[in-house]
Amino acid sequence: MTNIPDPKPITALADEGPTTPPRGHWRDVWDQFKTHRGALAGMIVLLFIILAVFLGPYVWPYDAGFIDIRARNQGPSLAHPFGTDQLGRDTLARMLAGGQTSISVGLTAMLLALVLGSAIGVLAGFFRWLDGPLMRLTDLFLSLPLLPLLLVMVLLFREALNGIFGPEMGIFILIVVAIGATSWMPTARIVRGDVLALKEREFILAARSIGTTNFNLITRHILPNVMSPIMVSATLGIANAIITESALSFLGLGFPPDFPTWGRLLNDATQYLTEYPERVFWPGLAISLTVLAINYMGDGMRDALDPRIRGR
Amino acid sequence: MLTFTIRRLVLSIPTLLFISLVIFLLLELAPGDPMAQVPLTVPPDVKELMRQSLGLGEPTHVRFGKWLWQFFIVEPMVLADHLLGTNLAFEQQRVLSWQFRSPVMDVIVQRMPQTLWVVAMSYVVGILIALPIGIYSAYRQYSVFDQTGTFLTMVGYSVPPFFSGVLVIVIFSVQLGWLPSIYNTTLQVVDWATFKQQVMQMVMPVMVLALQTTAQISRFMRASMLDNLNQDYVRTARAKGLSEWTVVMVHVLRNSMIPVVTVIALGVPYIFGGAIITEQIFKVNGLGQLLITAIQANDLPMVQTVTFMIAVLIVLFNIIADVLYGVLDPRIRYD
Repeated sequence: MTNIPDPKPITALADEGPTTPPRGHWRDVWDQFKTHRGALAGMIVLLFIILAVFLGPYVWPYDAGFIDIRARNQGPSLAHPFGTDQLGRDTLARMLAGGQTSISVGLTAMLLALVLGSAIGVLAGFFRWLDGPLMRLTDLFLSLPLLPLLLVMVLLFREALNGIFGPEMGIFILIVVAIGATSWMPTARIVRGDVLALKEREFILAARSIGTTNFNLITRHILPNVMSPIMVSATLGIANAIITESALSFLGLGFPPDFPTWGRLLNDATQYLTEYPERVFWPGLAISLTVLAINYMGDGMRDALDPRIRGR
Repeated sequence: MLTFTIRRLVLSIPTLLFISLVIFLLLELAPGDPMAQVPLTVPPDVKELMRQSLGLGEPTHVRFGKWLWQFFIVEPMVLADHLLGTNLAFEQQRVLSWQFRSPVMDVIVQRMPQTLWVVAMSYVVGILIALPIGIYSAYRQYSVFDQTGTFLTMVGYSVPPFFSGVLVIVIFSVQLGWLPSIYNTTLQVVDWATFKQQVMQMVMPVMVLALQTTAQISRFMRASMLDNLNQDYVRTARAKGLSEWTVVMVHVLRNSMIPVVTVIALGVPYIFGGAIITEQIFKVNGLGQLLITAIQANDLPMVQTVTFMIAVLIVLFNIIADVLYGVLDPRIRYD
């Protein structure tokens, strides 16, 4: 009874605790994102374009709508680095103004498509009885010929909305809604797939067992876990929306002629293709560069948000 | 597999009917009046008769039913008459274009060859360029070729056709003057000179459309090859002494082609959408250009029919892609 060995602590318990604070999820994601050089470059270029487009007009002295008919059709000079158009308007100023519209359309349409797509995806994945109808709806939208329908929609509702909101706001709302309503389907499908897998996990069962309501289950447990695919499709959605808006404007069915967007500027420039071929360059380059930067960023984000790749 | 195909085909009928209804109802809201260009001197009762003859003035559901009847019953009968010399569609009302005052299908048949030539050619060219790029990039992953190829496909993916098209016009037509910028559809290929002319005018639209295809397909090809190159059966094939060519080009390629083939099938209808813009740039008077002019001229039967035909293509190629997947991949069993 007396020879009880001296209780010695197990060596592992004697180790010092970790001194560095725990690393968050987003820190890991950022570290992985940084290793993708293309994605980093894309982000920097995109930030530069956004800053230039939204802050540039405060710095640049010329107004996008200012007509100086004596200085028309000029080539690049110190006063007008990108030259002037057929009415003597400064091309740089118009590019900046056009970029504001194009990027705003891209961001807003992406947000709309994202909200729609995530809502439909989460509902379809979470509630079994909604799955069938909602996925049939998604399939239906996926089999619609989108570009022709977009053209038809713009043509049909332009006058009506112009009457209510004015010519610029009306077409902005129309294009954003039209693009948003026709590009939510991929997001919805991806989100639904993820939700279906998440729903079977133990932590959802645990949350449900302590009486969490469906609403809280979705907002607190499901949504944070499907953020990664949503963010990736958000990034790619901006690029898609910018291209679609430019295509509509290019076909002459987008914004009104005096209202610059990158697609509209490109369309205007093609009419002077034989005399001033260099004019198509800047708006085309701006669209392509923005979309390229966004696509690279999306690529990097997909890698960074995929835990199977991270840390490799 | 046959039952699966039949089930999918049967299920596609309600989908297509619903799509046609959606398109019809959307067009129903159109504000324009097809009688707007008729001179004011025409008396109102004559105008009313003209309106009746265009099929207007009846309730929506009657007109939708009539369109369905004309599209699904009368037009195939006309086709049968044309092919077999029968007389089924005698004096039957066909879908009439308001713009051309002639049957919509006749106009579509006139425009189809131009679109098919340019679009189909570009798709084939795009795939032929994309596959070797994808295969070699995956085989030499992270090599200079792979890095350049990935960058170029990313650029091709990001540059919209309305910029790349205009850019090649500026370079090759305006600056260098090598290629014509406008597609001449009246050109008849009869001898070597006209054949050369035809090739010259097709180069630019085909390359612009092919750039998009190449970018997408080679990305898929690369990813799919990478998935397969690390599989165990590749090691087995190498271990039993097969040549590297046989391993990659037979064993890996055949397995990697499964998803790529379905992607190729799925992409076919979307090429027609992309062709709308390319046709506009190069002034090809094909289907896309027909659709744009019909939209601008408020020619609703034409818009309805062309849009619906694209929808049919999308649904059809979706089924083809699914069936192909089942045929090519023995692991997939639908029944």
